[in-house]
Formats: sequence, structure tokens, C-alpha cells
Amino acid sequence: MTKTQVKMRVNGRAVEALVEPRTLLIHVFREQLNLTGAHIGCDTTHCGACTVDLDGKSVKSCTMFAVQVDGATITTIEGMANADGSLSALQEGFRMEHGLQCGFCTPGMIMRAHRLLQENPNPSEEEIRFGISGNLCRCTGYQNIVKAIQYAAAKLRDAPQKEAAE
Amino acid sequence: MIPGSFSYHRPQSIAEATGLLAQHADGARVLAGGQSLIPMMKLRLAAPEHLIDIAAVAELKGIERKADTLRIGAMTTQHELIASPLVAETIPIIRETSLLVADPQVRYVGTLGGNLANGDPGNDMPAIMLCLDASYRLMGRGSERVVKARDFYKGTYATALGDAEILAAIEIPIPPAGHGYAYEKLKRKIGDYATAAAGVILTAQGGTISSCAIGLSNLADTPIYAQAAGAEVLGRSLDAPTIAAAVKAARALMAPAADTRGSVEYRTYVGGVMVERALKRALARARS
Amino acid sequence: MNTAVLTREQREAKLEGMGCKRKRVEDIRFTQGKGNYIDDLKLPGMLFGDFVRSQYAHARIKRIDTSKAKQVPGVLAVLTAEELKGVNLAWMPTLAGDVQMVLADGKVLFQNQEIAFVVAEDRYAAADGVEAVEVEYEELPVIVDPFKSMAADAPVLREDLAGKTSGAHGARKHHNHIFEWSVGDKAATDAAFAGAEVTIKELISYHRTHPSPLETCQCVASFDKIKGELTVYGTFQAPHVIRTVATLISKIPEHKIHVIAPDIGGGFGNKVGAYPGYICAIVASIVTGLPVKWVEDRIENLTTTSFARDYHMTTEIAASKDGKVTGLRVHVLADHGGFDACADPSKFPAGFFAIVTGSYDFPVAHVTVDGVYTNKAPGGVAYRCSLRVTEAAYAIERGMDILAQKLGMDPAELRLKNFIKREQFPYQSALGWEYDSGDYHTAMNKALEAVSYQALRAEQAAKREAFKRGETREIMGIGLCFFTEIVGAGPSKNCDVLGLAMFDSCEIRLHPTGSALARMGSKSQGQGHETTYAQIIASEIGIPADDIAVEEGNTDTAPYGIGTFGSRSTPVAGAAIAMAARKIRNKAQMIAAYLLEVHESDLEWDIDGFRVKGLPEKFKGMKEIVWAAYHSPPPGMEPGLEAVSYYDPPNMTYPFGAYICVMDIDVDTGVYKVRRFYALDDCGTRINPMIIEGQVHGGLTEAFAIAMGQEIRYDEIGNVVGGSFMDFFLPTAVETPKWETDHTVTPSPHHPIGAKGVGESPNVGGVPAFSNAVNDAFSFLGTRHIQMPHDFWRNWTVANQLGLHG
Repeated sequence: MTKTQVKMRVNGRAVEALVEPRTLLIHVFREQLNLTGAHIGCDTTHCGACTVDLDGKSVKSCTMFAVQVDGATITTIEGMANADGSLSALQEGFRMEHGLQCGFCTPGMIMRAHRLLQENPNPSEEEIRFGISGNLCRCTGYQNIVKAIQYAAAKLRDAPQKEAAE
Repeated sequence: MIPGSFSYHRPQSIAEATGLLAQHADGARVLAGGQSLIPMMKLRLAAPEHLIDIAAVAELKGIERKADTLRIGAMTTQHELIASPLVAETIPIIRETSLLVADPQVRYVGTLGGNLANGDPGNDMPAIMLCLDASYRLMGRGSERVVKARDFYKGTYATALGDAEILAAIEIPIPPAGHGYAYEKLKRKIGDYATAAAGVILTAQGGTISSCAIGLSNLADTPIYAQAAGAEVLGRSLDAPTIAAAVKAARALMAPAADTRGSVEYRTYVGGVMVERALKRALARARS
Repeated sequence: MNTAVLTREQREAKLEGMGCKRKRVEDIRFTQGKGNYIDDLKLPGMLFGDFVRSQYAHARIKRIDTSKAKQVPGVLAVLTAEELKGVNLAWMPTLAGDVQMVLADGKVLFQNQEIAFVVAEDRYAAADGVEAVEVEYEELPVIVDPFKSMAADAPVLREDLAGKTSGAHGARKHHNHIFEWSVGDKAATDAAFAGAEVTIKELISYHRTHPSPLETCQCVASFDKIKGELTVYGTFQAPHVIRTVATLISKIPEHKIHVIAPDIGGGFGNKVGAYPGYICAIVASIVTGLPVKWVEDRIENLTTTSFARDYHMTTEIAASKDGKVTGLRVHVLADHGGFDACADPSKFPAGFFAIVTGSYDFPVAHVTVDGVYTNKAPGGVAYRCSLRVTEAAYAIERGMDILAQKLGMDPAELRLKNFIKREQFPYQSALGWEYDSGDYHTAMNKALEAVSYQALRAEQAAKREAFKRGETREIMGIGLCFFTEIVGAGPSKNCDVLGLAMFDSCEIRLHPTGSALARMGSKSQGQGHETTYAQIIASEIGIPADDIAVEEGNTDTAPYGIGTFGSRSTPVAGAAIAMAARKIRNKAQMIAAYLLEVHESDLEWDIDGFRVKGLPEKFKGMKEIVWAAYHSPPPGMEPGLEAVSYYDPPNMTYPFGAYICVMDIDVDTGVYKVRRFYALDDCGTRINPMIIEGQVHGGLTEAFAIAMGQEIRYDEIGNVVGGSFMDFFLPTAVETPKWETDHTVTPSPHHPIGAKGVGESPNVGGVPAFSNAVNDAFSFLGTRHIQMPHDFWRNWTVANQLGLHG
């Protein structure tokens, strides 16, 4: 099958990839762009370990062909840390609240939480649980993931105020 | 995990899309959000030679009110439906049902059109379109026709959609202000299809039902418009015997598959329970 | 130099040693997507392998046509049993003393069994190659019901064992029989039952399920033809054992085999044994001269790698009429699938099932286990089971509730009446185990008080009356479980894996500037060893945990160990860590004595250094001592500061816990709601409470799924039902209950730091608590034992059979 070129903006950088029509977006990240943070945990679009942020949407990159997203702007877990290298609020929250164990669901979980907080900066616990219901975790039982997201939400809410005070 | 090979097409107009469908006939499938089709392709249960991606067809987007009708472009995603103030204001059952479809990620990408046109008896949106007496605008090569949702579903993966047609828009008569609505879905977990689900749209005057439409999801090989069940409550209050009669009539229409969600007996029974709960919740919401 | 004098509390806090909620070291890379999992690995020229799998559960393979597959662009080779026979690898030994087909040799024994291995340039070509292989089958009759496996006319499954009337565990009674194992005093137990005032007998089945870690099993094998060396990266919970198995079956000398387990995305026992994928990747690498990656997909994982449970336990308890237990008798029918691939110590074909006397003082007991073959995937020991302890705990905890019901006694009261008392420890159980320590009454009473148990029973009584009056359609259940675990395999006197004693190891090396590198023979798959092991060392040798790097998983550098499963890391490797650390501290004491010009016995250890007794200002901190070891060691003493310990545990450890589940069930839909779940765990000394809590949350979530719907089932012709995430019940954050955790601390008297394991306790204790809650909810309506899983449909069916639907 002839390959075509797709162009995307990934973590702020313009990238190109040569793909077959059937090449899944997750494989472009992992095999061609050396972005192995997004993971594959199932074959039926249930687990969410492959979740990335694409044009302002949380998307399961295992259920998307790269050719569908020519021109898209994408953030993966590798693009979440701050410019100075410090952890983003979510990444810090996951560490502070023990929201991960084996780490395999974590990139997808953080990317989903990122979009969730963008749309709902002050979610209730119920909203958080519903918001991450497309992401499976086998290790944590979700309870500390909820706390991690609440930690990040609080930190992100505080941050603008701090800047205002300055 | 890996789909078979195919040729990819990205038409820019309905005319181009339907032209491609006609050209490639049986070997072509429409790609909308892909959240049903791509998983099937990854398991190689579907292996189209040509994928017609209609994401770039602008005419398929948009939600607008035209007089007493809400027109929703087929490529409107579940997320867009949920986020739309117009939808929430005019036909809130859509938002309620949409929130029960799949999971957040799938809802960002999955489309209303895909959920309606697939013919998968497990999908949720068809049943409420039956309640709402929605119409589907089908576009073919140089043709355009309107088919009522209530006439659209023939069997599992079998609909009135012609080979070279696409579902372009859904036109829904806006229910009267103050109508009652509810979509009650029993499922094993978030993301699962319904073990049994029922949608209800009704109007009531002082506790007496003046109109009632009941739709059932995943309780037969197509969504069911339970007309006989809705008829049972007309002109009555929703007292226990009336509800029981509606539930009995609804159950008589059900023929669920026995699968990992439950036996035929179980699914029929809880299907009736969903009808009862949807009726009660819808009435509680109605304002005469 | 810091001139401020720190208080003792500050000095201790700086170490971040045992007992503190140290934040995890691993998280820095995991939260940034920089973990090193197997599928992240790319080696130059690497190929990809994928399996052709059987459509049928039991069939002869008449023909395999690989010609079309070899024509697929990108496909380089297709291996079948024929090719593997050439290197004597068509079959491989299992950890249970059986043999298993690597690729179908004449027949297949379970659906999705491996038939051929396609090797291609990338995974897309490999998938196309798999589609193109043609297999011709002759279907054979199928056995999926273990109760029918030993019928006189049952079809023969293992033709390779024809004529073999005994196996690794003794005599075989039937062509589908694997072993019979028994323990206990049959005569005394039979006598106790014969003379008992009250007895119960129930078939309690623990259904088949699967550990399903989020990362599937995978490996990259790379054979270097020039050096004659094999390197295998893989999802290995026991990398050294894999290396030894690899040398035994490949004849490549062990020092030329390098096994590396990097980050693993969850194990739960799924990644202990060797799989055909590993063997085929190795052979393919040898054949092609290139690295070969194998990554199974989810359906393959759920349907072919180590399943869990499938134990059918006829459980009998004898008691006096005032509720004192007098005997326990259990017969287990163990369904092992097509091959016995259990990861058990060799003398224990039923793992540690003999813990089935549980927390109760049974004077006599007798257990028999019959293992059988069926047309299902091979295995049995996996999924946070502590080697069959999950099954044993379910049998005894359900059994005690059934007994309580028969006696008309409250299940908490029955347990309290029969607990082993604190004074009885160390306790010799009737089935041969010495329980190290326990204080069951304290833990149970703490739990009962925490949930206001009496008030719950009062509420339940009132609700039952309301239900009978038709005022509510909801029933309420209270599920108790008081489990005793047995973890930390194990003492060399009775525990071995393929002949390897089940010790574990630690090597610690201090660097001149005062930081350290430590390596162990265990292998974390999310348990946080890099964080917790450093805490143990920090407390033992007074160096901040942040200055201690912990490594596991590389068999070239890590001392030999038996890996991480069965909650053995803290009990065994943790002990080795303490022992190695103490060797270092002993040497440090000698150096300090030399530096302070005193005798060693004049010194006492003080958090992060040695102080002269009675002269508090005479102190040498560890950093100075370490430097001295490299700079000016005492005369006659070797320079440097390192130690290694191989620890042979004298006994297992016995964590325990009290779990209470409150559940409400809607009889019209079967829908349950877990109102409350309280879990009290006692794992002895607690190294990192944050991590313990995380382990409990995770294990309870697994237990919840198992008890409430998760299963791997087969239809009558052996098709797998529920073999994908479409149906395999893994709860999301919405379905998962909130967990309340609590603890008591009863140290292990024989463990150097008094610690026991904890990782598996929540799965061991959780399932009975959930299942007892469902059973308790229905019991007032006349039920005695409702089989799990307790999904909505099954709950509704119980209600339906009770006539509750009018």
C-alpha cells in the first residue's frame, strides 16, 4: 500500500510521518516519533492508555488512523512538563498523592485529566470519576488518582490568583 | 489489533462522498467518528477496501433551529451535542442519552450520524429518535430523501440506507416546552451497551398524560418504538396499574439477545423496569 | 558544612527511612511518559513476531500451509512445531513439573492455542502474515467441565502422557488426571465429623478469571551469533528463574544468557512463568540472526496466558452446637486447563491451599486436591493469589458464614469464638504451618467498632422487616472476612522452584562520597521497590533514602533471586536487604571505633552514625565513615564498604486482616451498590504507609471485580466467552467503590525488621467480603450459598428463583 505523508503539530513541534492509510495514530507516536509515553493496553478501545489531547479533545489514539488527523495539533504526555522542566500540576499531583503504581495507565490518565480540568477547573469527585471513566487502571483502585486530580485542580486554581497578587 | 489494508478517501462535499460510495460499492464503508468501525477493523471483523472519511464535508456539521425543528448535522459529535445550549434547551433527552453513550474520549469523536446509521441494536441514540419521531435526511448520488426514524431500522446492521447514500442530517420536531423526558439505561459499567434501556418523551396536564412516546434500546435486533406501550398511558395518570399495563405492553415487544449481559428472561424483565423508571422520571420533569 | 544542629526528629526525617510516606522515585519518569517498558524498546534490525492461533478448543492439526504467509511482503519466516523440534523446543517444561507445547504438535488443547509464529519486518506485516496462514483441523470432542474430565468415557486430552500412570506429583488416576495431593490427618478428621453435633458441607467454587495487568506479556529476544550470547528483555517477575529455565532448555550456558526485566506495567502473577511467545522469539532470533519482539494483544493475554483460580472446593466444617469448630475437611477439584503451568513451589501442586484452616483454631483438618486437565488455557496460579490462598480464604470464609447461618449465630461472633488466640502464637495449624504472629481479636474488634457493626445489624433487621412488608425492594448485606495470609515463599526446607531454593538477595555498595547502589533479586511491577527498599536501607545504615539507588531486573548485575510474586518481596528480599545493611553497619561500627579511638562495644548506633556511650559529643556520621572506608581503612581491614546477603527465610509470614463490606441490592434489577468497604490490614512493620494503602486500594478493586462479575467462561464446545475488555469486567472509576483503610501492627518475630507481605492481602480478603455480603443480603429469604460472580443478572436470577418478581 502506498504511503502518504501526514503533518501534525506535536508538543509544539511540526512533525511529519510517512504512513499507510491503516497506520494507527498510536503507532506513529510510538514507532516513528519516539514518543512512547502513550501505551497500548487493549484491542477494543476500552482501556484509554493511549489517550492524547488532539485539537482540544481527549482522543484514544489507538482508534484513529493517522491519515484522519493530518494538520492536527496534539499534546502527548511528553509535552506536559513546564518549559523549565518542572512537573506540571497534574504530574506533581499524581506523585504527591500516589496516583500511580506501575505507571502504564498514567500518561493516558494524565492527558485525560488535563482536558477534563481545562473544561471543568473545579470538578466534584463524582465529576472526576465520570470524567476518567474512559481510562482503566489495574493498580490504584482510582481513589488516589481522584486525589491527584483534585490536587492539580487546586494548584491550577491557586496559580492565577498568585499571579494576580504579584 | 492491526487492520487490513485499504484505500483512504477524504471527500470535501456530499456529492464527492456519495460519488465515491457509488464507485466502490460493496468494497466501501463510510468513516464518520470511527469509534465503532475502527475497532471492528482492528479485529478484522470488518475489512473494507475503501474508507470514505466524511470528516471534511462541511454540510454535515452544525446544529440549528428552524422554526419548530432542530436540525443536527450527522457529523455532530456526542460531545458537541452535550455541550450545545440549544440542544439542552429544546430537546434535553438528547443530552441525557448522549452522556450515557460510551466514555468521554469516544464521545469527543463519535458522531450522532454514526450512532444512528450503523444499525447496531446496541446503540442508544436510535431509540430516542424513535420517541422524538425524528426524520433522517439521506443523500445519494444526485438524490435526496427523507426517511422517518420509525421506518429506518430493519434488522441488525440493516437499515433503509441505500448503498450509495449517507445520512446527512437529523431533523427533529421540537417537543413542547415543559415536556417530560428520561432515558433510563441499565448497563454493567460505563462504556457498555445497554443490558436494557428505555427512553420516554411525554406531556402531561395536571398529572394526566396527554402524549407519550416510548423507545427501547438493545432489546431486539432493532430499536423499538413501543407504540402500544405509550398508548396504554394516554389520558391516564401514571398510577401503578397504568404503569404495569405500559410495562406489559412494552415487554411484549421485546426480543433481546441472550448474551453476557443476561438471559432473554432477565433482559426482558429489566427492560420493563427501565420503562417504569423512565415513565416516572419523565413525569416528574414534566410541567403542564 | 551545615553548622546548624539538627534534632533527632529532623535527622530521622532527613533519612526518609522506614515508616514514612516517602514519595516515589519511580513517579518522576512514569508521570513524564519516560518509563522503559518492553514495547518501548527498539533494537537495530528488530523484527516482530505474531501467532497463528487455534480456532478450536480440541482438534487435530491435519495441515498447516504457510506458503501464502511467506509471500506476504515483509514476512521473513514462519515457525511451526516442525522447526522447533529441530532445536528440541516444540515442548517446554512448566514450573509445575508438566510439559507444555510451545507450538501445536499434532493437536491443540484449548481455543487460541499457539499454532505458528510469523516473523516479519514490522507488526503490520506480521498481522497480515498471520491472516494468510491456512490451518486444517479435525475437531475432537471437548471437555470444559472439570467434573466430567474423569468420566470413564472422557476423551483423552494429553496423548503425550499416554501410558504414564504417574506425574511430577505422584500417581495419576485417569488419563485426564494430573495429581492428587493431600495434607492433614484423615482419620482424626473423619472421626471429628462422625462425632460432630453440627456439620456443614457446601460446594464452593472460585470461578476462572485472569490477572489482566494493563501491559500484556511481551519480550525482545536478541541472539548474538558471534558471541554465542542470548539477551532477552521481557515482562518477567522472576528474571533469574527465566534465565535458568532458558539455559536448561536452550543449552546456551547460563553466563551467556542475559535476561533483563525493565519497567513492567503490572504483573499480578501473570508474568511469572515462561510463555510460548518468549520461546518463539528466542528461536526466531537465533534463526534470523536479528532481534525479535513479541507483544501479545489483549485477547491473547486474557485467553491464553496464566488464568487464575478455577477451584471447586467441597468444604465441610464440623462444630459443636454452641459454635466451636471441631474439624475441617475440604476436597478440591482443580481445573488446570490443557497443561499444568502453575507457578507453584515444586512440592506444592496446590500452592499454599493448606492455609484453609484460616484464622480459626481447628484441632484437626484434612485436605485433598485432585488436579485435572480440560480444554482450556493452562495455568492456575496467578492474580494476587499468594499461591492458592485466595481460593483457601474464600472456602473458609464462605464456610464460616454458612456455619453461622446454620447455627443461628452472628458471623462475627462465630469468628471471635474460634479465632486463634494471641497467646497461641507461634501457632501450629492442623495442616502443618507455623503461623508466626497474630492478634486477631484486637483487629476484629477494631473493625467491628469502626463500622458500628451492631447498628448495621439493627438496620439490616429493620430493612428486612420493611422488605417483607413490601415497603422496599432493596435488601442489605453485611459481608465479613477475617483472613490469614501466608506469604514470603519460602524456607529452603520445603520451598523450591524447579529445584532452586526460594531465598532472595540483596547487594549494597557504598560509594566514597556517601551514596549507595543496591540491587536485589526481586522485581517490582509497580510495588515501588525503588522507593521502599531505599527506606529500609536508610533506616538501617543512616544514609538518606534519596542517596540510595535501587536496581532490580538485570540478571547480569542483580544477585540471584526468585523474583516478585506471592507477596514475597518484603518477607524475603526485604529481609536480605536488612541483613546486608547490617553487615555494612557492623563494618561501619569497626571503622567508627577506629576513628574515635574506642572499642566497638563502646559505641551505640544513633540514627545516622555512631556515638560513644556516655560521651554524646563523640560522634561519627555515616558519610564520614564511608569516606574513611575508601580513604583510610583501619589496618588489617579491607577497604571499601559493601555487602551481600542471600536470605533463606526460616518461615513464611502471616499477615491478616478484617474486612467488612456493606452492600445494598435492588432485587428487581440485581443491581448492587457497595455502600461501604472497610479494610483493616496487619502486615507487621509498615515500611511506607502510603504505598501499603495504594496496594490495598488496588487489590480491593481487583477483588471487587472478581466477586461482582469478572470471569473467563467457556461454552460447551470450548469457545472462550468474555475474552476481551468488551465483556471482561474491569470497573472504571465510576463503578469502583471508595475504600476505607485501617491497620494494626503485629510484627513478625522471625523477620529482621518484623515485616510481613501485604500486596495480595486485599485480593485474598476482599473477595470473601464481597461474596459474603451478597450471600448475607439474601440469606433471610432462605438461601444458603450463592455462587459468585455476583453480577446483576445472577443476583436477579437468585431473586427470581426466590419468587420475588411476582
